[in-house]
Amino acid sequence: MAEGAVQAGCRCYFGYPITPQNEVPEYLSKRLPEVGGTFLQAESEVASINMVYGAVAAGVRAMTSSSSPGISLMQEGISFLAGSQLPAVIVNVQRSGPGLGGIKTTQGDYLQSTRGGGHGDYRTIVLAPWTVQEMYDMPFLAFELAEKYRNPVMILPDAVLGQMMEGVVMTPPGPVITYEKNYIVDGAKGRPARNIRSMYLEGDDQELLNYVLREKYRKMEAEEPRFETHWTDDADTVIVAFGTAARISLSAAQRARESGLRVGLFRPITLWPFPADGLRAIAQRVKRILVVEMNLGQMVDDVRAALDPSVQVEFYGRPAGGIPSPRAILAHLQGKGTDKGEEWADKVGAAARHYIWWREGELKPRETSPVGIGEAGDE
Amino acid sequence: MSKVVFKRPRYLRDAATHYCAGCTHGTAHRLVAEAIEHFNVGEKAVAVAPAGCSVMLYKYFDVDSIEAAHGRALAVGTGIKRARPDLFVFTYQGDGDLASIGLCETMHAANRGEGITVIYVNNAVYGMTGGQMAPTTLLGQRTTTTPAGRSVDNEGHPLRMAEMMATLDGVLYAERVALFDPKQIRRARKAIFHAFEIQIKYNGFGFVEVLSACPTNLRVTPQQSQKWVETEMCKVFPLGLFKDVTVDTPQKPMPEPEPGGNGAGQETCHAI
Repeated sequence: MAEGAVQAGCRCYFGYPITPQNEVPEYLSKRLPEVGGTFLQAESEVASINMVYGAVAAGVRAMTSSSSPGISLMQEGISFLAGSQLPAVIVNVQRSGPGLGGIKTTQGDYLQSTRGGGHGDYRTIVLAPWTVQEMYDMPFLAFELAEKYRNPVMILPDAVLGQMMEGVVMTPPGPVITYEKNYIVDGAKGRPARNIRSMYLEGDDQELLNYVLREKYRKMEAEEPRFETHWTDDADTVIVAFGTAARISLSAAQRARESGLRVGLFRPITLWPFPADGLRAIAQRVKRILVVEMNLGQMVDDVRAALDPSVQVEFYGRPAGGIPSPRAILAHLQGKGTDKGEEWADKVGAAARHYIWWREGELKPRETSPVGIGEAGDE
Repeated sequence: MSKVVFKRPRYLRDAATHYCAGCTHGTAHRLVAEAIEHFNVGEKAVAVAPAGCSVMLYKYFDVDSIEAAHGRALAVGTGIKRARPDLFVFTYQGDGDLASIGLCETMHAANRGEGITVIYVNNAVYGMTGGQMAPTTLLGQRTTTTPAGRSVDNEGHPLRMAEMMATLDGVLYAERVALFDPKQIRRARKAIFHAFEIQIKYNGFGFVEVLSACPTNLRVTPQQSQKWVETEMCKVFPLGLFKDVTVDTPQKPMPEPEPGGNGAGQETCHAI
């Protein structure tokens, strides 16, 4: 992916170490200087994203990468990029949470990524690779879309993809497409001075900006949804999954077909804009939809929102390092699926005594008078 | 024949500012605009505006500018400068922005010795949000969040940035100046000009702390606020030069723009 970014014209990288994505900065620290670019290890993720904001404002293709907690820290900066309409590429190799969590894989950041993630009404385009090949290919598309719409684009693999070794053909998927940048701040020579900002205090300008952004997002929703399908033509059950969960689901679908079930796979490539139309077209022909995620149910909301309520939508997922196995998915396809949390009821119960002590009724409410009212309360 | 002896600098726009009566942002703006004109960097300058009273400096400076998130001006400046080392980048930041929420970015940009000029306006208070305590608020000073006055026990001591900057190897120049009388304004002008030179001739980090008056939030008259800077602020924030290593530093001028800049508009696909 780092090499793909360089070949796609990325010339500035700013980032801060966090597992499981350190291979990206480590590679770029050597590679970017070779092409006359800049690699800088920033003092924090907050600084990283703001350095990206500065670099893209000066007209250069720039990116950062991080993993879930670091991406949380970047959210204000991503909101600034969206509000100032600047192109940038952000890679989130997801790790488990909430909080510090751990370095085990997850898809727990689906909602954060597809709903903007920071403050304000905005969206980022979210691309979800499922192979190392796609990790290499996606930066080309990501930088193109970022410049086309002047909007941040996020590439959202997970820890499994971040650490996977796999054969890759390092041939660019096509020409590198760039767009004219008539908005950058690179010195007001022979033109009036420009300003890049997201604060508009005059009259209704801030509201107007939001309608401008909405128009842009509508255009993205109309033109940019991407997905692929496997064995959906004759399927009566379709699994909807992205990234690593989609790979596992494809194995499950294969096993299901071997056992006589007609199962297909619908894989969203853009998580936002969500390929709702494509899914609807397929859902008309099938009896059942099974959404498989490595979380407790995030994309399933978008699937349900896209489909007629009469469509049967089921969900199977495991959070925070739990990886759905092909066998477990197959069991769900056969109507014999179990939920890991319920399967582990005893373990969860034991853990509950440790982590959530209210469950055992140990957290007793205590009633006291409101403090500090006194005479003021008589007024 | 009449002769013009005083006029608006080329890079200061003909605009009424939103600053309060008696605020010294206007004076500081003028000095910066004079430096832009003097060093002829108006066509390659990018101003980084902070969150704070000077967030709208794009209305007053006739150069390219960008708004930074609160505290992040020096990260944004770093991004611009690393992307385009031929641009003249300066940040104009207040005390809350530079010394509180942005202290991490300030220290690291300074320590890396980024080729950026920093104009740090310290008025000992959060101006735009209505007069809350700043990292530079004096002990005993009343603000809307220290109604009994800032205390050592609860809020700790005011932060001295120019001194702190001087300890960092990446900083070539750090000086504190004030604007409370014409003599100080002339000194401030000289310091701001030198900080510009640090970037132009040495591609280095120059830092000027400008003590500024905020009569609105001090709840005093403009005259009283100037007096307060002179008698109270200067006791805690002594004026003077804290570091200037240009004598021992070889000159390293800012690079000329490359055709298309450093990667800007590059369309070549570099295959391995």
